[in-house]
Amino acid sequence: MEELLSVKYDVVSGDFIRGGEASSNLKKLLNQLGVRSDIVKRICVACYEAEMNIVIHSVGGYIEAKIYNDKIEITAYDYGPGIPNIELAMQEGYSTASDVAREMGFGGGMGLPNIKRSSDEFYIKSEVGKFTEIKIIIYFN
Amino acid sequence: MKLSRIKELISAEILCNEEMLSMETVCAFGSDLMSDVLALTCKDTILITGLTNIQTIRTAEMLDIKCIIFVRNKRPDETIVELAKEKGICILATRHTMFTTCGILYSNGLKGVDKD
Repeated sequence: MEELLSVKYDVVSGDFIRGGEASSNLKKLLNQLGVRSDIVKRICVACYEAEMNIVIHSVGGYIEAKIYNDKIEITAYDYGPGIPNIELAMQEGYSTASDVAREMGFGGGMGLPNIKRSSDEFYIKSEVGKFTEIKIIIYFN
Repeated sequence: MKLSRIKELISAEILCNEEMLSMETVCAFGSDLMSDVLALTCKDTILITGLTNIQTIRTAEMLDIKCIIFVRNKRPDETIVELAKEKGICILATRHTMFTTCGILYSNGLKGVDKD
């Protein structure tokens, strides 16, 4: 399938003021492309949770979205510290978020489960001290 | 229920997007935890919260939530109101607590959101 468009946004660690801007920009773009609003909402929830995960948990990273005729592929990549136990991190209610993140309304241990629930396909890999990469695919129909 | 009726019931002040008061909503969700809000699937819900930071507006934006009610007389700063204005989100502020606000609206017919 031919790729129509690709966008990439840097995400800065600990920046709760700008955190969410990448997802906001992606939402604007998807609306301009005429993607169905219920699909846009699922994409935005997944992208926003992934973006805030990078803000809250990592040393920084990026969000890359590739848009095709029938789907979007989003990669959320950060440069560490990595997740020691992915199975545990995927459990609803499990969180290692800081007090600052909790004050901002996050840290309920719902981030990764929300991303998975919003996606048609979800992949996660991580290496402690190196990286975490989440890839999701959401189909437009 | 119209947002104007909600405003009246909880004696709220409107902080931005007054022209949206004629909009209808069918259900509401109350939480200070944005990750719980992001797990919602109901359409046309409003958000009742005591959390007045920028991520509350971002969360509402992602979910197409058109109205946020800030409880306990909490006021967001001007940059947050400006972002809400830009994103087309109506902001109401009430002196009531979360529990009382939810109770008043529920007893007047506004439904809650149940997780599916």
